[in-house]
Amino acid sequence: MSLLEIVILLPLLAAIAIASGAQARITAVTASVINLAIVIWLALGFGAASRDADGYAYVFKRIMLDNPSIGFGVGADGVAMVMALLTVLVTFAAIWQIVDKPASYYTASLLISAGALGAFLSTDLFFLYAFHELALIPTFLMIGLYGHGDAAHRRAVAWKTTIYLGAGSLVLLAGLAWLVLEYSGGGRLTFDLMALRAQAASAPLDAAKQAPIFFILLVGFGTLVSLFPFHSWAAPAYATAPTPIAMLHSGVLKKFGLFGLIRIALPLLPAGATTPWVQQALIWMLVGNILVMGFVTLNQNRLDDLLANSSVMHMGYLFLGIAAGTQVALNGTVLLMFAHGISIALLFALCGRMRNQLGTLEFSKLGGLASHAPFIAVIFAFGAFASIGLPGLANFAGELMIFIGCFQFADPLKHAVLDAGGFGPLQWAAVAGLWGVVISAVYMLRAWRKIFQGSATSGLFMSDPLRGQRLPLLVLTIVLLVCGCFPGILLGLLKAAFGAAKVAAL
Amino acid sequence: MSSPPPILNIVLFLPFLVAVVILCMRRLLKGASVILSVASSITCFICSLMLLGTVERVYPMMDFIHIDGVFDAGILAIVDKQSAGMLFIVTFIGMLVHLFSLGYMKDDEAQPRYFGALSLFMFSMTGIVLAANLFMMFIFWELVGLSSFLLIGHWFHKSSAAEAANKAFLTNRIGDFGFMIGILMLFGVSGSVSFEDLKSSLESGNLHAIAAAHPTFMTIAALGLFMGAVGKSAQMPLHVWLPDAMEGPTPVSALIHAATMVAAGVYMLVRVSFIIAASPLACDIVAGVGGVTALMAALMATQQNDIKRVLAYSTLSQLGYMVMAVGLVAMNPTHAGNADSIGHPGMFHLYTHAFFKALLFLGSGAVIYACHHEQDIWKMGGLRKYMPVTFWTFAIGTAALMGVPGLSGFVSKEGILDVAYGECKWLFTIGVVTAGLTAFYMTRLVVVAFLGKARSEGAKHASEVPLIMLVPLAALAIMSIISAVPSVANGLNALKPVVEHGHEGHTVMIFSLIALVVGAGGGFLLYRNRDSDPVSIKLFANKFYIDEFYAGLIKYGQDRVAWVVNALERIFADGLVARLPAAIVSKMGSQLRVLQCGRLQAYTFLLGAGVLFVIYILVFVLPAPGH
Repeated sequence: MSLLEIVILLPLLAAIAIASGAQARITAVTASVINLAIVIWLALGFGAASRDADGYAYVFKRIMLDNPSIGFGVGADGVAMVMALLTVLVTFAAIWQIVDKPASYYTASLLISAGALGAFLSTDLFFLYAFHELALIPTFLMIGLYGHGDAAHRRAVAWKTTIYLGAGSLVLLAGLAWLVLEYSGGGRLTFDLMALRAQAASAPLDAAKQAPIFFILLVGFGTLVSLFPFHSWAAPAYATAPTPIAMLHSGVLKKFGLFGLIRIALPLLPAGATTPWVQQALIWMLVGNILVMGFVTLNQNRLDDLLANSSVMHMGYLFLGIAAGTQVALNGTVLLMFAHGISIALLFALCGRMRNQLGTLEFSKLGGLASHAPFIAVIFAFGAFASIGLPGLANFAGELMIFIGCFQFADPLKHAVLDAGGFGPLQWAAVAGLWGVVISAVYMLRAWRKIFQGSATSGLFMSDPLRGQRLPLLVLTIVLLVCGCFPGILLGLLKAAFGAAKVAAL
Repeated sequence: MSSPPPILNIVLFLPFLVAVVILCMRRLLKGASVILSVASSITCFICSLMLLGTVERVYPMMDFIHIDGVFDAGILAIVDKQSAGMLFIVTFIGMLVHLFSLGYMKDDEAQPRYFGALSLFMFSMTGIVLAANLFMMFIFWELVGLSSFLLIGHWFHKSSAAEAANKAFLTNRIGDFGFMIGILMLFGVSGSVSFEDLKSSLESGNLHAIAAAHPTFMTIAALGLFMGAVGKSAQMPLHVWLPDAMEGPTPVSALIHAATMVAAGVYMLVRVSFIIAASPLACDIVAGVGGVTALMAALMATQQNDIKRVLAYSTLSQLGYMVMAVGLVAMNPTHAGNADSIGHPGMFHLYTHAFFKALLFLGSGAVIYACHHEQDIWKMGGLRKYMPVTFWTFAIGTAALMGVPGLSGFVSKEGILDVAYGECKWLFTIGVVTAGLTAFYMTRLVVVAFLGKARSEGAKHASEVPLIMLVPLAALAIMSIISAVPSVANGLNALKPVVEHGHEGHTVMIFSLIALVVGAGGGFLLYRNRDSDPVSIKLFANKFYIDEFYAGLIKYGQDRVAWVVNALERIFADGLVARLPAAIVSKMGSQLRVLQCGRLQAYTFLLGAGVLFVIYILVFVLPAPGH
């Protein structure tokens, strides 16, 4: 049994144990801490670990079915390693939260964690897909059962999320099925990612066929990541979901769609990704994420709505990295996936605490909390400034690399965009993204100002958490700071994760 | 490449270390955090002295983003005359402000937070000065914005301070938007944004070819960089944050919003002046924006009643001078400042201005401290008797700012007017008018606040400030007098600009002396022994209504648009993408009772099938675009 299998199974077993009556908090916290330790240990040894031809380390496979060939395979390349780190960190922070219904909360959190880890670490498309579905189910249930707001509201939100993500998953399944059918030669279906990759490298599909498959995968994965215009499930879901679920889903599980695009769609369908109409569609959609959702976020009057919408908006930057597609941009995308996950989980954790203590998150009723809760104020500032891309915090390096990727010209002197008078669509999208950075700063600073500065008008009061409850917040903050000052740590894991630099087509 | 000398590491990272230590342990440290911060500022000052006159080179300090063979954006420190000289200004004034703050912030309960933020500022500013490439400059550029945000909002329970801090940060962000576009464009073409590489690329590489073939591209890139400077150096139309930034503690205004951070824009422009010079249109725009800012800000300053706001508008106006100088010098490739930043008139004015403006701000801080936080000059008066040292140092600073011959300001202002005279007559006229206005409003300030009789109880009971606050004033007063003396300036790496006096040698000097006499004389006669302002020009007092215009723009251009977009998003994204298919599916479902509608799986399946069908139509039935 390989360590990666243990990492996936441990939260699953812990969840089963809790469901069958084990002491909830101790079991859950122990499992999350052990998982954190194992993954950090694996990440430390990742550089020296032996890799296979595709750059995967810790590879291990159990054959389940011969034809169609399905096996429970695990393995981690740089991207998966970074995502696994993100998962265990956020799981640790989410599980550390004190909750009122321990058994169901911890079971759900552990199941989501197991599903996410399984999805990130599987090297078999079948299990990759199945693990993600496994993680979605507790998300729906927890929103419906223990979400915020009255019963009708949370049921409606759970319903909407289910339908949306269910539909997205089906589209995704169709795309994956098509992909597998096209690449499985010799009358033998295979779901093995490595085999598919080898096939794609030796006998790539016709570009005209790649484009529609890529587009379907983009819509399918995109819906899971709240790509505009398939995003309207996300904001209500996060605003309604119980805090640990909001942290895990927005921080970790949502990244599955991007992970899929980077790990499956881009390497298997490189020509599809650069087909002009696909790329143009992607650029329009991601600009929608950034600008439309940016303005929508500006219009929010409650902290939870604001964070939820901002999380949708920031997905636009990740898609921008995928649209640019260069080595620098993709490295930046993974960096930003990690950083966004940490920062949004941190902000949702604080948001949940505020909701519990204050009873409201409406800006008009809050103010001056920095004097009561200086610790919360400082941590919130770290999260907020990270999410608006301040240098020194983790998100900046990723964003910068994505923008740089948009401006890498193969041969600058002959490049068409110069003759066109300056910018092509990709560069314009980057400009929109840069303006989105200004918009983010506007709403985040507005929120910070309304909640923490000025004077408390309504007499609402909040206290700093006790020492024990500060630990997860501190851990996430330190991760933001360390990865912000030394992005090389994560870039080291990503070394050789992406092949030779592709240069943007637009 | 070799490892950097230890003093370079100290001067850059020590303040950061101190800031982090204070952030983490301010409860434990208490008063010790103040000592730590002050000690680090003194250490940095000593290090910067040691860096003067060392070998010019670039040292790698730290890796930041590095992908083997593809991309590298590191933290590299450039040590040359410009950076070492600027570092001296930053650390010298920084040290004095730390000392002054010991007195000024004595009773503040959040003293550790204040000094921590001050150390963070020193770190960020040093980073800008030492930056050897534009990415590094951008990183520290943003960090300077952050520390300025923290310090302006130091008294965050005051709404006005919190608003001012946000305004400063956001206005700077708008400037940074352009800055980043400029950086990315240059990177896209030349593949590197270190100053050395850019320079060689412009001489004989990609940039050279682009500048010849696509002048618009070059102009946009240069203006992008300039936009960053417009934000940071508070030029029109992004100047609105600087006067509001006066909500911060006064020593902060002296350090950040007079001498160093706002000068960073000019510093950066001088660094990249060769790029601006590559686009004649950009040169004109830079010089024009600088000139307009200089004039408009001086007009606004004449009608302000808050002592710090008068100085703030004066700072805007002087920054306008410097920016104008950058544009003017870039217009003509024969100027000395173009080939090398040494002797750049803008940089030289930055250098002299830093001392006398910091002196004026610290002096105003002493006045505010003595008058129990009274800032209205009409409630002061007669302070000369009660605070003689403050008065005399303030008078020296005023004289230097007005350009009284013999003081540093006269020499550096002359340098700028000389270039303007040679390049562009209408900017020269603006420069002379501004000089006259400067003399006018500074005379008004001194006459109203220090002369005559005390007009409030606070002013009557004012007394001289403690020694720890007087020492910085004295040191800065001395620098205001001697900083333009050639031997001092040479020693501090700030070379006097070389101006070829080919054209009518003394015309410029005569004009500026007339402006000085008219302005100062007019101010003195008009304001002597007055109890209220005899002049009232609404347009100037209300700052040309620019703030009101922006408030409207934010309300209608941003918040209302956000409201509309939000509504549209609900209707279209939610309605068309989600509810319509759902409605269709459920309608189908009600007719297809066999599918046992009402169960989650069935809905999910049907919806998925519906979406698939739509995609099938889109992809296979309709002709695909691009084929």
